[in-house]
Amino acid sequence: MDNNLIVSLKNIVVDFDGQTVLTGLSLDIHDKEFVTFLGPSGCGKTTTLRVIGGFIEPKSGNVFFDGKDITRLPPYKRHVNTVFQKYALFPHLNVFENVAFGLRLQKMDEKELRKRVLEMLELVGLKGFERRNTLTLSGGQQQRVAIARALVNHPRVLLLDEPLGALDLKLRKEMQIELKRIQQSLDITFIYVTHDQEEALTMSDTVVVMNKGAIQQIGSPQDIYNEPENAFVADFIGESNIIDGIMQRDFYVEFAGQEFVCVDKGFERNEIVEVIVRPEDIQIVPPIQGQITGIVENVIFKGVHFEMHVKAANTEWIIQSTQAAPVGEMIGMRIGPDEIHIMHRTEES
Amino acid sequence: MFKKRSLAAPYLVWMVAFIAVPLVIVVYFAFTDKTGAFTLENIMSLGMYTTVFVRSILLAIVATVVCLVLAFPLSYMLSRMHTSTQSMMTMLVMLPMWMNFLLRTYAWMSLLENNGLINRFLGVFGIGPFQMINTSGAVVLGMVYNYLPYMILPLYTIMVKIDSSVIEAAQDLGANMFSVLFRVLIPLSMDGITTGITMVFVPSISTFIISRMLGGGSNLLIGDLIELQFLGNSYNYNLGSAMSLVLMVIVLMCMSFTTADTEEMEAMV
Repeated sequence: MDNNLIVSLKNIVVDFDGQTVLTGLSLDIHDKEFVTFLGPSGCGKTTTLRVIGGFIEPKSGNVFFDGKDITRLPPYKRHVNTVFQKYALFPHLNVFENVAFGLRLQKMDEKELRKRVLEMLELVGLKGFERRNTLTLSGGQQQRVAIARALVNHPRVLLLDEPLGALDLKLRKEMQIELKRIQQSLDITFIYVTHDQEEALTMSDTVVVMNKGAIQQIGSPQDIYNEPENAFVADFIGESNIIDGIMQRDFYVEFAGQEFVCVDKGFERNEIVEVIVRPEDIQIVPPIQGQITGIVENVIFKGVHFEMHVKAANTEWIIQSTQAAPVGEMIGMRIGPDEIHIMHRTEES
Repeated sequence: MFKKRSLAAPYLVWMVAFIAVPLVIVVYFAFTDKTGAFTLENIMSLGMYTTVFVRSILLAIVATVVCLVLAFPLSYMLSRMHTSTQSMMTMLVMLPMWMNFLLRTYAWMSLLENNGLINRFLGVFGIGPFQMINTSGAVVLGMVYNYLPYMILPLYTIMVKIDSSVIEAAQDLGANMFSVLFRVLIPLSMDGITTGITMVFVPSISTFIISRMLGGGSNLLIGDLIELQFLGNSYNYNLGSAMSLVLMVIVLMCMSFTTADTEEMEAMV
């Protein structure tokens, strides 16, 4: 597994004006993977990307590319290309020349260059746009030019810094699918930065969840969603009910004044833990059949489902369901053993 | 619509009275002799001043190039600074302009003189004295010193608008410092470069104060020559008008050359 590593970060520390942005970050990225750095703004995800691109030199730590240490290598000598947040197209060049920029620097002969550029424009769906001024293009088209411009150099790794942030929802969804298609057809590594968890889950092979300059969890989208390692991940990925509980013994946990059967073990007897339940995993039943009962405080229609806030004893629950219970009504809630995730308490919460 | 247009009336009157009419007068005098009869004599006789014209053009070109070379990196650094530092630094660039032009040039005189400050300072170490005043170098120095802000400000104004990510994108695509400069920075600063060149070249080629004070008698420029025709012993305003007219034509030619050049470059890239 380790011989197809493409990028390795070892103990990267980055400071900005005395503020630590990355606190000894280490990460291995495998070849041909779609990796996403996910986290709230200010978590260090863009900084990590810029360290790989060569725009930030870390205070300490090393960057390896294909086994070689490139920590001190300037950006123009690295075999990675970047799609920037605000596209950063060259305003004095037309679409063709923007895409050709990297190849012109390599002094490629005109015929080959033309072929490569046109090929790339076709790949991103901009055939026939060669002579257009980039300023007359829509946001989505500019983004495609930026992607073509980066990919035409055949980088082994493409870095994307929140490339879809400025697009509207529908276009963003289209581009997500398109990016995934491009990554698979070119068979290269994509490292993608976003704060949008849905985007991360849709496209990635591996998601790296970050917070406060450190990695919180690395895993497949399913792992991250179903088995969050700590409360931050659980809270950040989708919505969650996070409640304090007591692990009475293996497979038995007490929370909200009730004992529940769960699938977790290996905790200390009577350890205080955090219990995570996804809002869509709570079943609404008549009060008499419920493990917990509560009163519906409000109901919000979210399109695919309803979201209800339910007050029970001293905890508030979020429940998502396709059927709404009327506000003010007493309901019962059931939670199956598989839907309960137990985590060690983190000192933060 | 009418109201808005009428607001321009004062300016229109100004333009006619102080730009169009004097121009017509200049043209009239340039093609007449003292009695008011039409003649080409004035224009034809300018041939004997060719060296002065050539010297003026050369010194103005040298001063403009020096200004550009100095101002370009400076403006770029300025444009990448913190916003608060930027306004402080632009103020520093403007600072000399708060002083009178003549005073500034006088200051240089006392610095450059044979027993001026610089030579006396060097004398302490047993070096010199050097002949600095009354050389063409001193004239260029005076032009660069006085007109440098006119190069920095338009360049800075344009460069502030260049997004750093565009420069990063160029580096990312394999451009070293040299390529970033010639393929991105210079093309994107072209408007500022043209404005800066115009604003330095035009006053440089027509100056007479700087050459008189720092250049001595041996570095006569067109400006001095024109001044002599109106205020000096040789009092001949017909000849002076002819010189002014030719100077204007030279400036216009140079300017159309720079604009055509940038358009051509823009078309090229």
